[in-house]
Amino acid sequence: MFEKVVKIIGEQLGLDDVSHVEPTTSLMNDLEADSLDAVEIIMAIEDEFGVEIPDEEAEKFKNIGDIVKYVEANQ
Amino acid sequence: MSRRVVVTGLGCITPLGAGKDALWNGMLSGKSGIDYITRFDTSDYPTKIAAEVKDFNPEDYIEKKEIKKMDRFTQYAVAASSLAVKDAELNIESLNAEKIGVILGSGVGGIETLEEQHMRLHEKGPKRVSPFFIPMMISNIGAGYVSMILGAKGPNSTIVTACASATNAIGEAFKTIERGAADVIITGGMEAGITPLSIGGFCSMKAMSTRNEEPQKASSPFDAKRDGFVMGEGAGIIILEDLEHAIKRGAKIYAEIVGYGMSADAYHITAPSPEGEGAARSMMEAINDADITPEAIDYINAHGTSTPYNDKFETMAIKRVFKEHAYKLSVSSTKSMTGHLLGAAGGVEAIACVMAVNQDKVPPTINYETPDPELDLDYVPNQYKERVVNYALSNSLGFGGHNATIIFKKYQ
Repeated sequence: MFEKVVKIIGEQLGLDDVSHVEPTTSLMNDLEADSLDAVEIIMAIEDEFGVEIPDEEAEKFKNIGDIVKYVEANQ
Repeated sequence: MSRRVVVTGLGCITPLGAGKDALWNGMLSGKSGIDYITRFDTSDYPTKIAAEVKDFNPEDYIEKKEIKKMDRFTQYAVAASSLAVKDAELNIESLNAEKIGVILGSGVGGIETLEEQHMRLHEKGPKRVSPFFIPMMISNIGAGYVSMILGAKGPNSTIVTACASATNAIGEAFKTIERGAADVIITGGMEAGITPLSIGGFCSMKAMSTRNEEPQKASSPFDAKRDGFVMGEGAGIIILEDLEHAIKRGAKIYAEIVGYGMSADAYHITAPSPEGEGAARSMMEAINDADITPEAIDYINAHGTSTPYNDKFETMAIKRVFKEHAYKLSVSSTKSMTGHLLGAAGGVEAIACVMAVNQDKVPPTINYETPDPELDLDYVPNQYKERVVNYALSNSLGFGGHNATIIFKKYQ
């Protein structure tokens, strides 16, 4: 699950190397994503895993680990 | 006295290649950039040909993570602008950035993005429309992105006048420098309209050539057998600069821009006004702005779309303005080779005019085989011509009745 999420993030942000990405990595603080990137990434994750992530939940995510936990709990 | 404005850099992404040398050498050798459309399945379309940009790799110009956020028209604009700035050997830094601007033209902006996102809306619903849809599609984002990537903080805008867009943009950039609001402006046009919806629309207008059996011959401006335009795409960018500024930094100077005119037909959404009355006034405005007489013009890069109407009325407009001199000047349509780049056309054709005054060579109208009795000017058929070009004039005429003309002069 984590690897799949990282792959989606890497594709959306055009990252060549995602080996340094960890569950504690923050999209905005560490990977230089802006608010539009974040929306696009959430959309791609919703599509990939067939979950719906409400905006108020998405706003609580502090790092990639939080996204993975939410998807695992709601899939 | 107003400031003199010169051309110090040229850059382009075109169906004839990337960079001014590929474009100019392609034009002089009479090369056609037209072939079968590869972007989508044209089985149901009456027109199956276009002048696509080939071998374009956006990663040569743009960071990978930015490419995904740009419609193709913006990628072309950024790439061509980068080439032009490099050609001008212009360093944009904190000291001069606020006096360096970007004024571009585009007919429609990000129509490919619009079509893709509209499909997503229908297939997956509104929650799947990309947050990048709006900033990728809007016509002004090309100029916005060029400023962001090159750091140009001066005057920045986008002109939308259909096929006259780039020529209007260059004219406005010229005037902006002339009045002192900027020292340098990156200007020209950008377009990427070879898409299913866009080609479908032009096909329905019966504006496009259907000579699918011989793509390289389909764009035949001023020829009796012309049957419509062939769509092209890309970007044509020139660097305009205050003469003093250019001299001070030791820039090479290709040519001077001396005239800008525009007019409206106030007649019909797509048909030119009878006898080219509107186009004639645009040319006359530019000639007056340059403070010369019509007899000074040596070369006209015509709008020359290869539609029955345009080429007839533009020829009448030229005769109206130039009278006897119309038969002494050279008139050519480089769209015979590049196809019609719509909102980018004036940018690519400005480069052709700049090179003509710089090199004393006039690019040809290829595919000129059957003279039309009504069209009797020197259209520079099939072979480029050597002649002294002190002044070159470029016309761009757009749907909506927009007419724009710019004039370049040999720098001395």
